[in-house]
Amino acid sequence: MGSVTGVARKIGWYTRKLSWYSASLMGDNHYRRYVDLRHRTHPGEAVMSERDYWRMRHAATEKNPQTRCC
Amino acid sequence: MASPTAGERTEETVGDITYVRTDPELPPVAIIDRSPITTKHKIVFGVIALLGAIAWAMIAFFRGETVNAVWFVIAAVCTYLIGYRFYARLIEMKIVKPRDDAATPAEVFENGTDYMPTDRRVLFGHHFAAIAGAGPLVGPVLAMQMGYLPGTIWIIVGAVFAGCVQDYLVLSISVRRRGRSLGQMARDELGTTGGIAAIVGVLVIMVILLAVLALVVVNALAESPWGVFSIAMTIPIAVFMGFYLRYLRPGRVSEVSLIGVVLLLLAVISGGWVAETAWGADWFTLSKVTLSWCIIVYGLAASVLPVWLLLAPRDYLSTFMKVGTIILLAIGILLARPIMDAPAVSSFASSGTGPVFAGSLFPFLFITIACGALSGFHSLISSGTTPKLLEKESQMRLIGYGGMLTESFVAIMALITAAILNQHLYFAINAPTAQTGATAQTAADYVNGLGLSGSPITGAEITAAAESVGEESIVSRTGGAPTLAFGMSEVLHKVFGGEGLKAFWYHFAIMFEALFILTTVDAGTRVARFMLSDGLANLGGPLKKLRNPSWRVGAWSCSVIVVAAWGSILLMGVTDPLGGINTLFPLFGIANQLLAAIALTVVTVVVIKRGLLKWAWIPGVPLVWDLTVTMTASFQKIFSGDPKVGYWTQHFQYSNAKDAGKTAFGAAKNADQLDAVIRNTFIQGTLSIVFAVLVCIVFVAGVLVALKAIRGEGRPLTEDDPTPSRIFAPSGLIPTAAEKEVTKQWEALPASHARSVGTHAN
Repeated sequence: MGSVTGVARKIGWYTRKLSWYSASLMGDNHYRRYVDLRHRTHPGEAVMSERDYWRMRHAATEKNPQTRCC
Repeated sequence: MASPTAGERTEETVGDITYVRTDPELPPVAIIDRSPITTKHKIVFGVIALLGAIAWAMIAFFRGETVNAVWFVIAAVCTYLIGYRFYARLIEMKIVKPRDDAATPAEVFENGTDYMPTDRRVLFGHHFAAIAGAGPLVGPVLAMQMGYLPGTIWIIVGAVFAGCVQDYLVLSISVRRRGRSLGQMARDELGTTGGIAAIVGVLVIMVILLAVLALVVVNALAESPWGVFSIAMTIPIAVFMGFYLRYLRPGRVSEVSLIGVVLLLLAVISGGWVAETAWGADWFTLSKVTLSWCIIVYGLAASVLPVWLLLAPRDYLSTFMKVGTIILLAIGILLARPIMDAPAVSSFASSGTGPVFAGSLFPFLFITIACGALSGFHSLISSGTTPKLLEKESQMRLIGYGGMLTESFVAIMALITAAILNQHLYFAINAPTAQTGATAQTAADYVNGLGLSGSPITGAEITAAAESVGEESIVSRTGGAPTLAFGMSEVLHKVFGGEGLKAFWYHFAIMFEALFILTTVDAGTRVARFMLSDGLANLGGPLKKLRNPSWRVGAWSCSVIVVAAWGSILLMGVTDPLGGINTLFPLFGIANQLLAAIALTVVTVVVIKRGLLKWAWIPGVPLVWDLTVTMTASFQKIFSGDPKVGYWTQHFQYSNAKDAGKTAFGAAKNADQLDAVIRNTFIQGTLSIVFAVLVCIVFVAGVLVALKAIRGEGRPLTEDDPTPSRIFAPSGLIPTAAEKEVTKQWEALPASHARSVGTHAN
């Protein structure tokens, strides 16, 4: 029994790691990091919504495009 | 909130390890580890070296028919490990000298948008996805005409001593300059003339890269309704993803990418059904010229449409597919363990008369394989994008050097997929129409006359091979992508799905390559437009208005100019009677390698300016090698008397024929084709001269600045003054015991402290 829960815990750990990796690489948790940063640097001030955050991100890409390699 | 300038630097040494603090209130921000190498470590690397040596011997000296692909993987991985552990470490200690107590641009300017300290493993994925595209997949496939050995040696050794060194050092100098771009650094370090030549060079080089990449897609999709349908579907899928992220669930990027990938697989599968219907075959069977126009219109639209609608979602799809498919291919090769069919060194290596590209091994092999061994384009990613995400200077070895090693590994896998194909089939796919005559029977007759080893092929066998992957013909599908897709389907169907899925895997691979290339075309057109408007704005007068990026008329006009530039080269390539790939691909390689020469010149100058003349050979040797290769290739392309190699010799031969009143000559079957060859060779020859001259200017400017620096005169370095860091992160992929301990101390702090929140997995 112990080994079964051990395996289950291992699988859970790997799944969490993988979803954290994908979230950080693709950008799912970028808004949360932005909110944390704002709380740290401008405590007490209002923070823009997730929708507006992504509008701002895309507008930034528009102004300063990043290249992709061949 | 404490200001980042507060605090004094203190060091505390315990045994072989020194802990550096920038604030007495905070845990250490840097660890300097001087532990001696353990016996276990020595044994491990001894075994790796021995295994690598055995694998290299198997590849290089075993002249049997049965070299297994697994030996290539072992030789590559062992060499990479040794190179990363010893050579990259030497560069780190002698040149880069990372200081983890100094804040990186990502920490100093953190804004939650483009400057974000990012976990090293995530940044590794990010950097890899940005540098690796279709280049490392296509070059090695074309270079296979010279046999597998020269390509393998250049990909592995070139990466360790040239490509990785360039990426790593460009990253390191950009990090100390707030993440400045290569062009800006060239202007700062080399002065105005060298800087302008570098910027113009980058722009022209970018145009030819976009044109050749688009040509690869056109060649892969022409007359293939299945391929055209699945690629066309990526546009509505991307638009759907864009709307989903903007209006339905903003920020759920992994979720929407997963949905996108499922839809993409459906598009590949349904492509097979659509191609079999009469209307499907009718709508989606497009000629090369029509397809080129589609891509030109697409490129223009993609560069002026909002980023969220097409570019961003396509980029997410492309990243997801890139990482996923490359892992899949690696597993496939290890499980299927295919056997090489290509010879170690073919007769074309010395004769230089191969049909895929003209010219002998030196210099043209080193031109054909650019990405995967040494790619100048990476310097545009290593400067600019990646420094703005880097947590710690000591992580640059993993990101810069390690990232390029991974790309080199991708190139080795591409080489394997081409080497396991029947060589008669390989040449039937890769020789231009002018030679194969475009039908299965004439192609069989042609390749059987090439004197290849192995039994000759019949027309029926070529047709059967095409049908096995769901295509009507695979004769003269040049450009590398179809060959790679064919090889990938050979490997993957053995492991996943059997014979029945062969056609699926072929079109999956085609779609995957076309997806990368179209992403590069989107992003590249935007970046080139940006460079163009920036450059034009510097001329002053009414053009100054171009500096405002929200001036739509200006942005659109610059887009049209950029698309017209690469579009016309693309059209020139698809209509070239001589076969576009074999005339344009060398130009693509030369352009990419010349960009590397610019990057390595800038790096070498910085190293000399920093007073590290003794170690200037580290970037200097790849620079000299690269210049020798590219200048020899440019010289031959401009001056060679052999019409297959020299653009101008060919140009004058054809124009003399025209002057003599002929209407057909060589590969040109009528007067129009004769004019096309005369015009194309003129453009190609002119571009060769422009590239070579621009790079010579940059190099000479570099030498002058370096000489001044050696004499102790000249302008000082433009490095920023270090700001004390207030975050901590491990350096390598696997944290050491001391790093784990310090990480725990940071995690025990209250959340209000400045550190890269959200970047750690827990």
